[in-house]
Amino acid sequence: MNSNVAALNKVQTLIVIGNGMVGHHCVEQLIERGALDQYRLHVFSEEPMRAYDRVHLSEYFSGRDAESLALSDASLYQTPGVTLHLGVPVLEIDRTRRQVITAQGSIPYDKLVLATGSYPFVPPVEGAEGDSRLVYRTLEDLDAIRAAAANARRGVVVGGGLLGLEAANALKSLGLEAHVVEFAPRLMPVQLDAMGGLALKSQIERLGVGVHLSRSTQSISAGEEYRYRMNFANDEFLETDLIVFSAGIRAQDALARQCALEIGPRGGVVINDECLTSDPDIYAIGECASWNGGLFGLVAPGYQMARGVAARLCNDTAEPFLGADMSTKLKLLGVDVGSIGDAHGNTPGARSYQFIDETTASYRRLVVDASGKHVIGAVLVGDNSYYDTLLQYMQNAIALPAEPASLILPSSEGAPTLGPGALPESATVCSCHNVTKGSICSAIDGGCADLGLLKSQTKACTGCGGCAGLLKQVFEHELIARGVSVDKSLCEHFAYTRQELYALVRVEGVITFEELLAKHGRGHTGCDVCKPAVGSILASCWNQPIMDASLVPLQDTNDTFMANMQKNGTYSVVPRIPGGEITADKLIAIGVVAKKYDLYTKITGGQRIDLFGAQLHELPDIWAELIEAGFETGHAYGKSTRTVKSCVGSTWCRYGVQDSVQMALTIEDRYKGLRSPHKLKFAVSGCTRECAEAQSKDVGVIATEKGWNLYIAGNGGMRPRHAELFATDLDDATLIRYIDRFLMFYIRTADKLQRTSVWRESLEGGLDFLKEVIINDSLGLGAELESQMQLVVDRYECEWANALKDPEKLKRFRTFVNDKRPDPDIHFVQERGQRRPIMAAELNLIPVTEEIA
Amino acid sequence: MSQSTTQRIDSLADSDVWQTVCEQQDLVSNSGVVVWLDGAQVALFYLPGAEGRSLYAIDNHDPQSGANVIGRGLVGSIKGDLVVASPIYKQHFRLEDGSCLEYPQQRLRVWPVRLNGGVVEVGLA
Repeated sequence: MNSNVAALNKVQTLIVIGNGMVGHHCVEQLIERGALDQYRLHVFSEEPMRAYDRVHLSEYFSGRDAESLALSDASLYQTPGVTLHLGVPVLEIDRTRRQVITAQGSIPYDKLVLATGSYPFVPPVEGAEGDSRLVYRTLEDLDAIRAAAANARRGVVVGGGLLGLEAANALKSLGLEAHVVEFAPRLMPVQLDAMGGLALKSQIERLGVGVHLSRSTQSISAGEEYRYRMNFANDEFLETDLIVFSAGIRAQDALARQCALEIGPRGGVVINDECLTSDPDIYAIGECASWNGGLFGLVAPGYQMARGVAARLCNDTAEPFLGADMSTKLKLLGVDVGSIGDAHGNTPGARSYQFIDETTASYRRLVVDASGKHVIGAVLVGDNSYYDTLLQYMQNAIALPAEPASLILPSSEGAPTLGPGALPESATVCSCHNVTKGSICSAIDGGCADLGLLKSQTKACTGCGGCAGLLKQVFEHELIARGVSVDKSLCEHFAYTRQELYALVRVEGVITFEELLAKHGRGHTGCDVCKPAVGSILASCWNQPIMDASLVPLQDTNDTFMANMQKNGTYSVVPRIPGGEITADKLIAIGVVAKKYDLYTKITGGQRIDLFGAQLHELPDIWAELIEAGFETGHAYGKSTRTVKSCVGSTWCRYGVQDSVQMALTIEDRYKGLRSPHKLKFAVSGCTRECAEAQSKDVGVIATEKGWNLYIAGNGGMRPRHAELFATDLDDATLIRYIDRFLMFYIRTADKLQRTSVWRESLEGGLDFLKEVIINDSLGLGAELESQMQLVVDRYECEWANALKDPEKLKRFRTFVNDKRPDPDIHFVQERGQRRPIMAAELNLIPVTEEIA
Repeated sequence: MSQSTTQRIDSLADSDVWQTVCEQQDLVSNSGVVVWLDGAQVALFYLPGAEGRSLYAIDNHDPQSGANVIGRGLVGSIKGDLVVASPIYKQHFRLEDGSCLEYPQQRLRVWPVRLNGGVVEVGLA
C-alpha cells in the first residue's frame, strides 16, 4: 500500500466512557456523521445493559421490561468499527500515555469523550443502610427497590424534587403507601415557586401520597410498627419499611479527578463552549460536565452537547454550547407540572400574573419582563396544556397579546392559543433533538406524509416525548396548508375511518364484507385490519350469527372459533355466569367438564370460570356438555359485552340498599352478545361501599337509597381510568335507557379498538356534551339509538348453540381435516395439581425463534 | 356455503408426485384448514374469488410462538401480496412463498397444491 495513502487513512481510536442517554446519543450522532471512516470507536459502560431511557424509568414498575426501555436496537453497537464493552468500568485514565485502563487491560486513545453522568447524592444519615438507603437511578437500583418492596407496606422517599416524586410514583405502582420527605419548605424547589409547590402538594396528597416538608432526617433506627423509624428534629418520626434517597445528583467526575482534569466549584469536569476539558483531546458531555460553573441535569442539554462534540470530532462545524433552557414539562404521579425559564421571577423588573383554582388545586404563573412585552418564565401545576404555547412565546420572543393573563386563564375564557400556524420557522418543536418547525416543514416538502415516518426522519419526539402533541398539530396543520388531506384511512383497502364505515353500513343496509368492499373499498380480499373491524361493525348493527359463512372469514381467530387462543395454540373456554351468580349444580357441571377434558381451571376477575387447554377438535364436545347443563357462551373471545360484576346486594348484605344482583342479571341479559369497538365491562354495586368496583368499568351502576347512580367510561388494565358520575338516583327504566343510548352512541362514533375511556376523552365538549346527547337528547338521536339497541337485543342467540346445530359450521373445528389425531406437538406438565403448557426450556420439542443478542 | 365449481388447477410448480390430502368440500372459503401429511402439518387456504391462484399450502407451524396455528390465521392482502397473519403475534407470511413481512429470518415452507376432480392434492417432489 502506498504509505502516503496509509498515513492519510490512519484510523484513530475514539473512546466514549459511559453509555447513558447522552453517551448513547453521542455514539448515534458519530455513526450518523460518518465518524467510522476516521475512528475505531470503543464505548465503555459500567452497567451491564446498553443505554436505556432513564426519563421513563418508573414505567419499569408498570409493565415495561428492560429491553423495551433500551434506546436503540442492539444492531447499532454491532456496526463494524464499534465495540461496546458492557459491565466494564474504566478504572483510570492515563493522560501521559493517552490510554484508558480497565480490569481487562488498557486501550490507547486519540480522542476521549467523558459521558459518565451522575450519581445520586445520599446525605450522611446515621443508620442508613440496606433497605433504608436505596437510591433511584439505574435499572439495578429499581430491581433493589422491587426486592425491598416485596414484604413492605410503606415506603418513604427522601427528596421532593423531580426525581423524588418519580420515585414516589414508582413506590406507589409497587402497591406501597408512599411518603415524600423534603428538606425545603416546598416540593420541587428548583422548578416551582411557593404557590406552585403548594398546589402540587395538595394534588399529590389527594392521590394518597404523604408529603412532609421542612423536615431533615437526623437518624434512622429500628421501627415498631414498620421496619425502620426515621427520626426528625423536634422529636418527630415516621416509620417505614424502606427508604429511597433522591436528594439530588452529583456529577460522576471521579475519573476526571484521578487524571487531574480541572474540576468545577460544585463538582463536574470543567468544559468550554466546545465541551472541551482542560485536556484538548478530552471532551465531557452531559451531567458529568460543568459549564460556566453549573451542571445540567436534563436530557435535552446533554443531547445538545453530544451533537456538538460528535460534529467537531467529524470536523463538521457546530454551534458552541452556550447554556441551555431548563424548561421542563412532566407528569408526576399523574399530576401535570411545567416549569419554563425564570419560573421564580428572579430577573430584575420581572412581573407576574397568577391564576389559582383551589377546587382542583391548579396553579399557573406567567412571568413577563420589565417591558411587559415578552414571556420570560412560567409555572404550571395541574394542567400542562398551556405549556407548548407559553414555551413558544418565550423561545421565539413572540410579542404578548394585549391581555397577557389570558395565556394562563382557563381556555373557556377564549384564550388566544398560539396555533401551529403562528409559529416562526425557527421555533423549536423538539428540544431534545433540536428539531425546528422549519425542518419539519422541509421533511413534509420532501414527501413525508406520515407522522411515524416524520419522527424517524427528523427524530422529533423520540427523546422525552413531551412534544408529541405539538408535533402532531404542526404536522397536520402543515399538511392541510399544503392541500394534503390528513390520511385517516382504516387500511389500504378502505379510505374511510371506522366511524364513516359504520355510517355507510347503517345507511345503506350493508350486511356483508364483500358488499362493503365492492361498493366502498379496493381489491377483493381485505386484510387483518379491516376484516375484523368491519366484522365488528356488521355485528353491532345487525347482530347476525358470527358463524355464518360470509362472516367467518372476517373474524380474528378467537371469534372464528369462539374461544380464546393461548400461547401454545390451545383454547380457553369461558361460559357466561351472569352477575357471577351460580348454582351448585352448575358449578358441578363445570367441574365435570373440566375433569373430563383435563382443563386447567381459574377464576377470572369478572366473576366467571375460565377453562384452559382445550384443543380445537374438543371445543364442540365441551360446549355440547356445557349447553346441556344450561350454560351460554360468555363472549370472552370477542370485542363485546364481557361480564357484569356484582356484589350480593340487599338480599344478603346488611348494608345493601338495592338488589344489585337482580340489576346485574337484567343488564347482562340485555347486552350479552353486543359487539362493540372494544370489550365492554360492567358492574353493579348494592351500596356506596362499592364492593363490585363499578367505578373501574365502562358502565358502572351504584345503588342509592332512591335508585341508581350511573358511572361511565372507566377501565382498569394498562392505563386505569376512574369512571365518571353521569346521572344520579335513576329508576330502573331510565337507567337502562341511558345505558342503551350511551353504548349505541359509543358504537356509532368510536374508532376501532378504542375503549369507552379513550373515546370519552376524545369527545369535544367532554362529559357535558355526552350528558346533553344522552340525557337531554340534544341531537334528537335518543329514539334511534334505543331502537338500534333493541334490534341487537331481539336478535340475540347463543353463538355456540347456533354452531352446534349446523354440521357445516362444525367442519372447521377439526385439528386436521384428514386425520383424527390431536396436535402431537402440544405437551403439558403438572403443576399445583393441574396441567399447564410445557415451557420451551423444559423440552426441546418447542423451538423458539433465534434471539438477537 | 358457496363452493367454486371451477376445477382450475393451481400449482406452485410442477411436481412429479401428487398426494391426495383431503376433499375439496373440506376446505373453507376465504379461510384455512389443516391437513396431516406424513408428520408435517400443512395449512390449506382456499380463496375462490381472489386474483391469481385460489389454493395455497403453507406450513402450519408458527416459528415465533412455536405453536401450530398458521392455518387458523386471518387471510388478507398487503400491498398486492396475499398474506396470512399468525393468530398469536400477528406477523404476516406471504402465501406465495412463505416469506415473512416483518421478520426476514422467519420463513415458512410452502408446497405445490392443486384441486383435481374434487380432491385436494399436495405436491411432494
